Amino acid sequence: MLLYLVRRLLYAVPIALSVSLVCFMLVHIAPGDPINAIVPPDAPADVVAQVRATYGLDQPLPVQFALWLGHVATGDLGRSLATGRQIWPDLASALLNTFILAMAAAAIGFVLGCLLGGLAAAYLGSWVDRVAVGVSVAGVSVPHYWLGMVLVIVFSVTLNWLPAMGAGPDGSGAFAADWAHLRFLVLPALTLCVIPMGIVARAVRGIVAEILNQDFITTLRGKGLRRRGVLVHVIKNAAPNTLAVMGLQLGYLMGGSILVETVFSWPGTGFLLNNAIFQRDIPVLQATILVLSLFFVALNLGVDLLQTAIDPRIRRS
Amino acid sequence: MSASVAVAVAPRGYWAGVRRRLGRDRVTLVCGGVLLLMLLAIIAAPLVTPHSPFQGSMLRRLKPIGFPGYPLGTDELGRDMLTRLVFGGRLSWLIGITPVAIGFCVGGLLGIVAGYVGGGVNMLIMRVTDVFYAFPSVLLAVAISGALGSGVSNAVLALTLVFIPPVIRVAESVTTGVRNLDYVEAARASGASGLTIVRVHVLPNVLGPIFVYATGLISVSMILASGLSFLGLGTKPPEPEWGLMLNTLRSAVYTQPWVSVLPGVCIFVTSICFNLVSDGLRAAMDVRG
Repeated sequence: MLLYLVRRLLYAVPIALSVSLVCFMLVHIAPGDPINAIVPPDAPADVVAQVRATYGLDQPLPVQFALWLGHVATGDLGRSLATGRQIWPDLASALLNTFILAMAAAAIGFVLGCLLGGLAAAYLGSWVDRVAVGVSVAGVSVPHYWLGMVLVIVFSVTLNWLPAMGAGPDGSGAFAADWAHLRFLVLPALTLCVIPMGIVARAVRGIVAEILNQDFITTLRGKGLRRRGVLVHVIKNAAPNTLAVMGLQLGYLMGGSILVETVFSWPGTGFLLNNAIFQRDIPVLQATILVLSLFFVALNLGVDLLQTAIDPRIRRS
Repeated sequence: MSASVAVAVAPRGYWAGVRRRLGRDRVTLVCGGVLLLMLLAIIAAPLVTPHSPFQGSMLRRLKPIGFPGYPLGTDELGRDMLTRLVFGGRLSWLIGITPVAIGFCVGGLLGIVAGYVGGGVNMLIMRVTDVFYAFPSVLLAVAISGALGSGVSNAVLALTLVFIPPVIRVAESVTTGVRNLDYVEAARASGASGLTIVRVHVLPNVLGPIFVYATGLISVSMILASGLSFLGLGTKPPEPEWGLMLNTLRSAVYTQPWVSVLPGVCIFVTSICFNLVSDGLRAAMDVRG
């Protein structure tokens, strides 16, 4: 187990480094010299050269990468080109908002997904199964940014029950756990939950159906175990793989909420990214993508380790 | 893998079986029919639409569904919605399907090479794939097209880079499975060259599963492609495209809500049909996973 842990941790290091390299290269695949974003086009040549030296842009790319990585490792993500402010404080609050939204969507999506998938597997081939499969296919096929608009039309425009944009009544980005703030979370979370719901339902259906097909379930039933007792055994066996699917989905939620955040003006990382794209603020784009993807790498690592920890079958092999 | 083995034994029987199973699958047939109709409509767009997709009029902005002469209403610039939806399908389908098509070819090739050659080549290809896997797909697409700037070709490039790695993974795992089967071993022992083995024994058995997997990606690709346009990263106005239309009509949710959601209905229908057709193909071709 310890050996596996060390090996898995060591394996994550080159992945994290390569991810950082891809993020670093984002600035350099962007059309135009990055220096043009910093100095005005009519700046004298010696000023341009001086600024280039200040930012380290006169160094060869590998050296630039090492320098940048050093800054990142010490928590310095650079400054926004648009506002001149440090990126990290803004990014941190955006991350928190995205995290709140992702967790809310995950909670709804995972519970519904497990229910749908479990019911479908228990009544395989019946109308319950067909409805559950239909809902999960619709969940993964729906353009969620469009679903957000539809929910806004129904619950904000027509019924006037819930707010259509923002994260709080005063228009600030701060979030609090009271109904005045939670109201703003309902529609974005519902919108975002359909994809994990569909994928988890589909996965759980497959996992549970396979378990129900195994001999030990027949044995359990044969020895007279009640349905609830059998269910405990099924959950125990389905948990590791289900958790793996959910972990991945949580990562996708964190990284994939940009469209939904744009629809609802939710002040998270997606909103930050959207602004960065429009202002061609590549350092903010780079920093946001870097932090989100490193989070995704860490999450994958965590899920792998958790799966190994709770599933004795993996440990043995 | 049992069905894939059957391909090598009796190809005609296998494909006849696939056709028979597809013929019985009503959901797949209906969805396939819907997609075919959409394809025909967008190819023959100028013939089947009543108006110009670009010519608007301030006098008839945001008319409701069922307005005389404009069966699906008009958009925020007074252009006919029906016409723009049909024309919009052209770009949405193009940006949605091209990345998967390229991903199928490039990813399939790399995956088969990695799986068949093995060793260092496999290591190299698969480790690079792992890096791209470390990004959530939406984020990777947004990052690349965000850095490159808006435009159809940049969006296609970004999405292609998103869809190559998953195809590589599937192609590699299927090929590795086939490579170790006895009849491939037998062919090698009887002196067949590597290229012959790949062409005769490996390709027919791996292309099916890779193809089915790729068709399953089209649905996601359509949603992401229109999503990029929705963010202002793909198509540029006044070009009609479903995601972009949805974005520009967002301001109309208070005045003409049901007209404003129409482009999304098109994306949804296309995406769900591709998903169900892919599921049908998977079942008919008896591909696992």
